[in-house]
Formats: sequence, C-alpha cells, structure tokens
Amino acid sequence: MISDSNVPQIEFQKVTKSYGPGRLVLQSIDLKILKDEFVSLIGPSGCGKSTLLKLIAGLTQPSVGTIRVDGRMPQNTRKTMSFIFQDATLLPWRTVTQNVGLGLELERVISQRRKERIASLLALVGLGEVADAYPRELSGGMKMRVSIARALATHPRLLLMDEPFAALDEMTRDRLNEELLRLRSEQRWTAVFVTHSVAEAVFLSTRIMVLAPNPGRIYAVLPVALPFPRTAELRECPEFETLVARASHILREALLQ
Amino acid sequence: MKRRLVGVANALAVFVAVLVVWQLALWIFHVPRYMLPSPWAVAHAVSARFPSLLTSTAITAEESLGGLMASVIVGVIIALIFAQSRWIRKMLYPYTILLQTVPIVAVAPLILMWVGAGIGAVALIAFIISLAPIIANTTQGLISVDEDLVHLFLMHNASSAQKLFKLRLPHAVPSLFVGIRIASGISVIGAITGELYAGSSQVGVGGLGYSILYASSQLETDYLFALVLAATMLGFSFFFVAMFLEWYFLHNWHESARTPESE
Repeated sequence: MISDSNVPQIEFQKVTKSYGPGRLVLQSIDLKILKDEFVSLIGPSGCGKSTLLKLIAGLTQPSVGTIRVDGRMPQNTRKTMSFIFQDATLLPWRTVTQNVGLGLELERVISQRRKERIASLLALVGLGEVADAYPRELSGGMKMRVSIARALATHPRLLLMDEPFAALDEMTRDRLNEELLRLRSEQRWTAVFVTHSVAEAVFLSTRIMVLAPNPGRIYAVLPVALPFPRTAELRECPEFETLVARASHILREALLQ
Repeated sequence: MKRRLVGVANALAVFVAVLVVWQLALWIFHVPRYMLPSPWAVAHAVSARFPSLLTSTAITAEESLGGLMASVIVGVIIALIFAQSRWIRKMLYPYTILLQTVPIVAVAPLILMWVGAGIGAVALIAFIISLAPIIANTTQGLISVDEDLVHLFLMHNASSAQKLFKLRLPHAVPSLFVGIRIASGISVIGAITGELYAGSSQVGVGGLGYSILYASSQLETDYLFALVLAATMLGFSFFFVAMFLEWYFLHNWHESARTPESE
C-alpha cells in the first residue's frame, strides 16, 4: 500500500511510432509517469508530443514497444482517462449543461447523478450562470472551461491535455492555468500536458519532458521543485524565472540537435 | 425593423413598376389579348376561377410534398449508407450524379408508362428530382465530423449507435436542411413537369402542369398567366417553409440559421 503511489501510472517501453517507412515520429521512448505527477511535454513542432499523448490515450497504436496505463492496455483504461483537446470540441447543438454531461451520458450514468455532478462542476469552473447557453454564445476562455468541466465530469484519474490553452490570449491562459491547479488540488488527478509555452510548463508541472525532433525522442527531463499551492505570484519569483530560463535553454539545445 | 420595412417597400415598388411597364407595353405596341393579357385580365382570371386554381395548386402541392418527403426519408437512408465507407461512396456516388443530370423531361413519359398516370407517378417524378441534393448534402454532413470529436467519443467508449445519434446525425442536420431547401423548389418543378405528361382523369381539372397545357390549348392566356403565377407562388412557399423550418430547428446553435431576415 505504501508503495502504491510509486507504481507508474503510465509506462512506455521502447515505444516507436512511425507512419509508414521513412516517417518516424517517435523513436524508442522509455518513460514512466507516476500517480499524482503533472508532466508537461514540451518541444518544437514535429517532435511527436501530440502523438505521444494519443498513444497514452490509445487513440493511435505504437509501431513497436509496449504501453501500459495502470498496468493495462491504454484502450482498456479509457474509463479512467479524459482528454482535453486544443479546440474546446464542444457539440454546438448542446447547451453548456448538456456538453458537460456528454461523457457521463455516453458512459450511461443515470440522469439524477448526472445532474448533481454537472451542477457541482459548473459551479467549480464558474459557469453556473451560462448553464443553458449554447457554445456559440461563449468566449474562447469560457468554452475551454466547459471542455475542462466535461473532462472532469467522469472522475478521471488521468487527464491528458493537448495544448488546451494555445488558442487563448495570455491573460486568459494564465488564469486558466491557476484554475487548473486549483481543480487538481481538490480532485487529485495525474496530468500529462502538451504545450509550446515554457512558462506554462514550469508553472503547472512537477516534471517537464523536453522532446527533440527528427525523430521525436525525449531529450531531457527537468524536475520542477516549486511548492504547491502555486498562485499567480509564483510567476514573479526568481526561482520560477530561473527554471523558465533553464527550460528555455534546454529547449533551444533540443532544437539544435 | 425600419430597414426591413424599407426592404419590403422596395420590393413592392419593383412589383408596381413591372405592372406599369407591362400595361404601357400593351398600350404602345397593341399586343393582342391572347398573346399577352393585361395585368387586370390576369387578376380577373384569378378571382373568377379561384376555386379551380386552388384545386390545381392543391393537387400539385400534394404531389410535390409527397415526393419531397419521400426524398428526405430515402435520401437520409442512402446518405447513412454512403457515410459507412469511402469504398461505398466511390462505388455508388457516380449514380447520384446521374440522378442529377438525367433530363427529367425525357424520363417523365417513361415513368408514366411504367407506373401509370396519376398522382403517384407525378410524386415519383418529384421524388427523383429532389433526391440528389438531399443525398449529396446529408452525406457531406455525416462525413465531415471533426476528428477530435470522434476521438472524444472514443475516449468515452461510445457505441456505434451513440456515435451516430449523438454525433454524426446532429452534425449533419444543417447540411440536410441545405439539401431540403434546394430540393423544395425543384420538387415543385418536378411535379409540374410530370403533370405535363400525366393528363387527368377529368377534363379540365388537374394539377398546375396539366391545367397550363389545357389553358394554352384553349388560348386562355389570362388564366395561363394565373396558373404560372400560382406555380411560382407554390415553389416560393415551399422554399419559404423550408427556410423557416431550418431557422426554427437551428437558430439556437448554428451560424447559418442565426438571422434569416438580415441578408
């Protein structure tokens, strides 16, 4: 029981992914992500970070090697995962409430339980007032909140996020970063987060994996020892800035590889 | 509101101008009545023969609506089959193009010969002509679902039925309505074309197409004009109802149907 949190939730062994001959996306990836970690994947475009995330979700299969999530095949552990995409991917014909309830509905959770769960989530992400609005009426930041609420509705133990805030302005992005950490402190999930932003990665993560391109591989792993809870003020701390500078430096090196 | 009123006033002004030019042309060029009746003669024909005009319009409306509704049902079913695989689409899509390019005027006599003249045959012609836009648009809607949305459904282990009813079909509804809008106008054209060949069981009483033929053979040009007017109005009202339904079902969430009256 004591060692429980040291059992890797995600484990890659010599995973290679190629789309046909000559199109090698990821080469020989070994990685372990432990329970309760927040791992960011960062790297130049074309380094296969989105593919890595899709491999964890079982949305694409490795060409070589094995992937285990909770000791099982990814496709068989989807019930414990949620995926947040770069676009909010809301169904435009559903209201905010109906969108948040989509996962629960697909997993056939009874409607009474669903209603309670949705109401508490909407309150949690601050969307109570727009519960009956359609996605069209929402700003980009609000849509992303709905997307996050939908992902959390099914009680995931693992949250996979593919550049979820890339399309948002910096202020909205910072605020959602802070909220994401607040939600995590209340709900405890493991996170794998793909991003282009070094500052975002440092702010959110317990560990940053820097990927190098051609073919995609893990170039360096940078632990982020900043204490939780992290608030907006953290961004002004010298320790934070030092880490951002270091991560940026490693990222530059990875690009030159 | 004010802009809408101005729009209506402009449209009315054009209408009045056309009537004035029409009447002036008659006076200036001394056109004989059987060639071109005056606007008043047409108006008189409408009021004097209103019951039979209404009967003809109702018959044509019934045939068009029957054909259109059948094309929606059959078209959606075919689109669902098309959406199953690229392979099926490649194999069968050329035939839907044929459906669109076949000259309905040439095929109508054949159909009447095969199924026998009557309302059913005419509705069948309206059905054939309306089918292609329904199939093409609905198929497009069914297959153009964003890949991430499909992944989202996969992540929640959605069944095939859930993917169909909660994702693909609702996503295709706006495209289906585009198809219905296109088909609504041409279904009336199809029905009238069919009636030109179908004849009638009762001399002088039939759909608009039949009555147009009959009126022209009798040189009742004023009534012929009234019939053409009715046919145009019928097509227009089909189109308008289709637009309204589209707005009614989509205005909450879909961009295209947001404000139908602001062009």
